[in-house]
Amino acid sequence: MIASLGLILLCQLIGEVIVRSLALPLPGPVLGLVLLLVLLLLRDRVRFLAIGPLATDSDAGRIEGVSRVLLANLSLLFVPAGVGVVQKLDLIAAHGLAIAVVLLLSVVITLLVTVAAFVATSRLLAPKRDRS
Amino acid sequence: MSANPFSLWVYLAQSPLLWLTVTLVIYAVTDAVSLRTRRHPLANPVLHAMWIVAAFLLLTGTPYTTYFAGAQFVHFLLGPATVALAVPLYQNRGIVLQAIVPMLAALIVGSITAIVSVILLAEAFGLPQDVVLSLAPKSVTAGVAMGISESLHADPSLTAVAVVLTGIIGAVIVTPLMNSTGITDFRARGFAAGLAAHGIGTARAFQVDALAGTFSGIAMSLNALVTSFLVPIAITLLVR
Repeated sequence: MIASLGLILLCQLIGEVIVRSLALPLPGPVLGLVLLLVLLLLRDRVRFLAIGPLATDSDAGRIEGVSRVLLANLSLLFVPAGVGVVQKLDLIAAHGLAIAVVLLLSVVITLLVTVAAFVATSRLLAPKRDRS
Repeated sequence: MSANPFSLWVYLAQSPLLWLTVTLVIYAVTDAVSLRTRRHPLANPVLHAMWIVAAFLLLTGTPYTTYFAGAQFVHFLLGPATVALAVPLYQNRGIVLQAIVPMLAALIVGSITAIVSVILLAEAFGLPQDVVLSLAPKSVTAGVAMGISESLHADPSLTAVAVVLTGIIGAVIVTPLMNSTGITDFRARGFAAGLAAHGIGTARAFQVDALAGTFSGIAMSLNALVTSFLVPIAITLLVR
């Protein structure tokens, strides 16, 4: 478990170092995500990478387990940032309603447009797949 | 034991222990309530944990910085959790590759919509420019959004609040909204939830349907990548 957590932190750290030193317009953890994905894809091809947290034989303490725990409790991680609302009470008093309406409308529009784009594209592709 | 209960409070209120405990215990309770109500959208655990902790801070006159000294240990895990998204992406690479075209279409259209709609609406409502900039990355997970906000010289703490609110709004409305459209493709529904409402939307999607949750997680990680590139471009084009 510690090795898996260490590997996740290492990916984030390398991502952070690359982003900062090259001044990329990208958050470090996102590059860390890409690094870990590449590592996972590589370990299926390169035998010696499939050790410790990246092992494919046993289930205990692997990167998969630690990631599952982190992602299963993902919503908890947003609480401290959300409580930051107490710092913004004056801004909320001035613009709170407008901000809430803007966010609500934007979320509804985004949800509808995204789901429509997904469904429309998969319907466009479906007939072709039937014929082949 | 301390002779004066007040001095004990003064000591505890300054220690990370109290605020970390408060965060975890209140979340555990709101999550249990959410489970009891069979994950009713309005019993969203983040929403209720957030206002209860906030009210507690206001009632005790505790500054946010003191609270955050304890809660930062939870907040810190947002970065590793973003990295950990590589795992579901890897595990579901088969389904992902199968649905790659609809996903990429929905990703690009959705990501642009999320950013452009919030910038235009915020400007239409006459919000100040620093607020507009802070709201722009609101659809991606908090760690990433705060990073984007920082690079725009906006207000990362306002971005964090906007991100959490967006996530809660998305998690509360996604199921009734999608049911009203009659769309039953849970890949599409989950993808939309993760794209619009990041981790909180993904947590909601997993409660509704496992396939929806998987696609939601994928959408959230892809959107984190794309939004990092798109927000600076959108700001240059749309914000004067």
